[in-house]
Amino acid sequence: MNFPILSTLIFLPMVSALFIFLSKEQKNNSSATYISLFSSIATFVLSLFVWYSLDLSSPEFQFIEEKSWVNDYIKFKLGVDGISILFIVLTTLITPICIISCINSVKERIKEFLIAILILETFMIGVFCSLDLVIFYLFFEAGLIPMFLIIGVWGGPKRVYSAFKFFLFTLLGSVLMLVAIIVIYWLTGTTDITQIYEIKIPKEYQNLLWLAFFSSFAVKTPMWPVHTWLPDAHVEAPTAGSVILAAILLKMAGYGFLRFSIPLFPVASEFFTPLIYTLSIIAIIYTSLVALMQEDMKKLIAYSSVAHMGYVTLGIFTFTKQGVEGSIFQMISHGLISAALFLCVGVVYDRLHSRLISSYGGLVNYLPKYSFLFVVFALAALGLPGTTGFLGEFLVLTGSFQKNYIVAMLATIGVILGAGYMLWLTKRVIFGEITNEKIKNFKDTNKLEIFMLTTLASLVIFFGFYPAPLIETLDVSVNNLLMNYEQSLNNIKVVSND
Amino acid sequence: MEYAVTFLPLFGAIIGYLGKNLTKNFSEIFTSTMVTISAILALIIFWNGFNNDVYGNYKIFEWISSGNFIANWAIKIDPLSTLMLVVVTFISALVHIYSLGYMNHDPHKPRFMSYLSLFTFSMLMLVVSDNFLQLFFGWEGVGLCSYLLIGFWYKRSSANNAAIKAFIVNRVGDFGLAIGIFLIFFYFGTINFEEVFELIPTFSEKKLTFFGFEANLITLICLFLFIGAMGKSAQFLLHTWLPDAMEGPTPVSALIHAATMVTAGVFLVVRCSPMFEYSQTSLNIITIIGMLTAIFAASVALVQNDIKKIVAYSTCSQLGYMFFAAGIGAYHVAMFHLFTHAFFKALLFLGSGSVIHAFKDEQDIRNMGGVRKKLPYTYSFMLIGTLALTGFPFLSGFYSKDAIIEFAYLSNSILGNYAVVIGIFTAFLTSIYSWRLFFKTFHGTYNNKVVPINATHESPLVMLAPLFILSIGAIFAGFLFKETMIGHNSINFWQSSIFFLDEIKHEYIPLWLLILTPILVTISIPISYYYYISNPNILNDFKKTNLPLYNFLLNKWYIDELYNFIIVNPLKKIGSFFWKRGDIGIIDRFGPDGISKLVKLISNKAGQFQTGFIYDYAFVMLIGLSILLTYLILK
Repeated sequence: MNFPILSTLIFLPMVSALFIFLSKEQKNNSSATYISLFSSIATFVLSLFVWYSLDLSSPEFQFIEEKSWVNDYIKFKLGVDGISILFIVLTTLITPICIISCINSVKERIKEFLIAILILETFMIGVFCSLDLVIFYLFFEAGLIPMFLIIGVWGGPKRVYSAFKFFLFTLLGSVLMLVAIIVIYWLTGTTDITQIYEIKIPKEYQNLLWLAFFSSFAVKTPMWPVHTWLPDAHVEAPTAGSVILAAILLKMAGYGFLRFSIPLFPVASEFFTPLIYTLSIIAIIYTSLVALMQEDMKKLIAYSSVAHMGYVTLGIFTFTKQGVEGSIFQMISHGLISAALFLCVGVVYDRLHSRLISSYGGLVNYLPKYSFLFVVFALAALGLPGTTGFLGEFLVLTGSFQKNYIVAMLATIGVILGAGYMLWLTKRVIFGEITNEKIKNFKDTNKLEIFMLTTLASLVIFFGFYPAPLIETLDVSVNNLLMNYEQSLNNIKVVSND
Repeated sequence: MEYAVTFLPLFGAIIGYLGKNLTKNFSEIFTSTMVTISAILALIIFWNGFNNDVYGNYKIFEWISSGNFIANWAIKIDPLSTLMLVVVTFISALVHIYSLGYMNHDPHKPRFMSYLSLFTFSMLMLVVSDNFLQLFFGWEGVGLCSYLLIGFWYKRSSANNAAIKAFIVNRVGDFGLAIGIFLIFFYFGTINFEEVFELIPTFSEKKLTFFGFEANLITLICLFLFIGAMGKSAQFLLHTWLPDAMEGPTPVSALIHAATMVTAGVFLVVRCSPMFEYSQTSLNIITIIGMLTAIFAASVALVQNDIKKIVAYSTCSQLGYMFFAAGIGAYHVAMFHLFTHAFFKALLFLGSGSVIHAFKDEQDIRNMGGVRKKLPYTYSFMLIGTLALTGFPFLSGFYSKDAIIEFAYLSNSILGNYAVVIGIFTAFLTSIYSWRLFFKTFHGTYNNKVVPINATHESPLVMLAPLFILSIGAIFAGFLFKETMIGHNSINFWQSSIFFLDEIKHEYIPLWLLILTPILVTISIPISYYYYISNPNILNDFKKTNLPLYNFLLNKWYIDELYNFIIVNPLKKIGSFFWKRGDIGIIDRFGPDGISKLVKLISNKAGQFQTGFIYDYAFVMLIGLSILLTYLILK
């Protein structure tokens, strides 16, 4: 196929952002909303088309586009496989939902807000498509800017502190990654990852390079102990910002581990597995306990995100089929569930302008539909079978049990704690006596809110019962990933035996 | 038909809830109809299997397949699952009908009914599963419905707390079950029941090191599965949620917390009998936990005052019986007791519901009494239920409970002999607390100060009819099915669904053992009447002289307090500590905040350095020059 479908996918949101920028200022900015909504839905449809026409039986990258960029040294190379397509579809699905959520909740400068979101979408899709380290780095870092603005301009009272914390944390990690990319170029003479896959990076460099990439991904995941930017960023970010942050930005790191750390540095990946296990277990148990004690709804969900991402890192580094597939599944699932939970918080925040758990209680009396959906998502977050949350966690745990039963058992304790904080949150917000008189004047969710939340809820439940479409998409690519990983480990062992 | 049995309740739950505004009482009638049809179909399936051996495994579609981790949505029809199908759908249908009357005044009836149907569906998915993952789905699904139904009256804080407690304690059990499944998958490479059970003999000698201990693989798996069973079936140490679960509406207690869900643990052990048979250690542990629960719960039930809590502890105690029956290797007897227990315990709960209804939501038996003439039907149904529970001769409890004691005797082991003693003693205690409940509720003087005696009224027909059907079951279920399920040829009925390594032989049982329990049970009736109704002062004096013992029992051995003290509160403290000290105090203080402060500090200092005066710069240059010179000279 000659038509540059991936570039279209990437730049469609940016072009429409340009349109919005050029469009005339109107009273209620409805044209900006419509343009952005239309273009993001078009992107979504296009990404579905890519998914549909992807050949799932082949582990190769497909829809490859290659253009020379900087004197042929750096190529603008794009391509997708079974793993990345799922993240692209997740991105293009979440973006229209975010745009819908802005319609009611963003009051000021909605035009600029939508531009920021669309540009962010471009960068996010770019991250999941790029097959060149430099391009990847550019997209990966460029995404920081719109997000920084979203938090810093449209955020809550402590937005500046949070925005800077977010920016510094992520940037500090990434600088090391940039150094690593330069070293890789110096070692191999290329930044095209499909070529680097073939060349293989010498063993003695792998550990340092791995650590450099890790420092960036660990911040982004976020892993303990560099997770503290996340709760602050979430608390201050506007709803749509939190949704994108939780649903997609966090997934970039998990994707990065899969796409770069493991295939490029297999020996180092194996070497550092205990480190990852330890940090993941701490993330799961420590942050679950911290989540238990939170008084702010968004903070609680943010900490639960850290715990859920702990399962992701744990699963990836089991190098078992169940573990890796479970991790990817968990990322998609967490993308849907956490997005939905932040939207849920946004719904009541728009009404009461408080995120404190204590200012709610007894919502079920006045917002029955909302409460129903909230409970569905809370249950999905705690991993109830029949939702996607369960399959992700269960596969990860099954995978990790094959490597290290103690780690798996500790991680399983997190499942109990997860039930604890989610149910306690639900009890304090949804059930119980009405403590705040203002709640009595609340209107139940409007049609738009219902639409957003039911879309996510039906996906969470549908894929919970019938995950085959997702798993089959992944299957061949994951097999290929693990096969290459094992081969290169064996090769190196053979070499060292000689 | 197999599909219809399982999916009609789900269909009823969804359509019933969505269509709640169609016509008046739409969801109540719709859900009840669906479950009733499902119950009739279940009877047909049972009959077909029983007479014509129509058993099979129906695959619906593949749920998940990741490498060799494959699980299907399936319906497995074998003797064990058909029996459970009948019990679940039958009791569920009766409870649905009963709820029409009981919940009549509740504005949230549609929600209630669809939860009940959803529960039925989850429970059916559990029993018809052909692999561990679907079992886990049903397992957590029933836990969810139990959570939703316990917290049904969501305005009550106590109901919410009880609901969370139920879910979390069950999650602790699920933790064990999940680890068991991981172990099974790791070693057997499959989670399908049949495939796993086929592989077991080859693994029976396999040892592995687990946390530094050398353990037998099968034993380890069995113990983890049993932790799951303990959580669901409220066995000692994980029982604390069951009495609290009585915060839910009474029909829920009857269906979920007596007849069906809590028996899932027993079902699991019986389903995995091909595995448990290979591990004598785990069977012994099951027996011990079962005995402990039986006697513990019975002792606590003696002094409780809440009518539902007494019945709840009684359930706990009877589940203990089922477990030690399974532990001594008499799985079919455990299932038989499960079967009869479902009838009389549901009867007792629904009967208590009828009493509570009559007293306008009073649950304390000290505020009841003397209403046997006002509630003649409830009175007689409760009488049947009590007789059946205590094991009065020729009612259903008699056959199943005595069979447990007999089989314990026949198993001819030390543990079996203990089980005989504990079984008989617990049967005696059961009898005492049951009659205490019965007499205090219906006999003696009328003690309620809020509701005048004339305001108490008999329940409507829609509530009494299910009671009637259940009481028929409570009387005849034991007698009718005794031969089939636990008789000499019971293997013809169970076929391969229950596995015995070496079967307990039906041998001669001494006469004294056969008649001891019935005699104890019978004489306890006048004893309880004398102490609780004719002459309560003796007991009051006894209570006063033995206050510590009384309080110990009344506070359920202080286990809840212990858990709060050693688990719940420390966890909260650790959570706060991690947050305030760990995240804010250490990571942020030395991480981003610290660095930014440091940067600020350094740049401030550096800024101050740039004074702009020429002599300052000259001074610095001079110092630099002198240092350089010193260095060069010394070199």
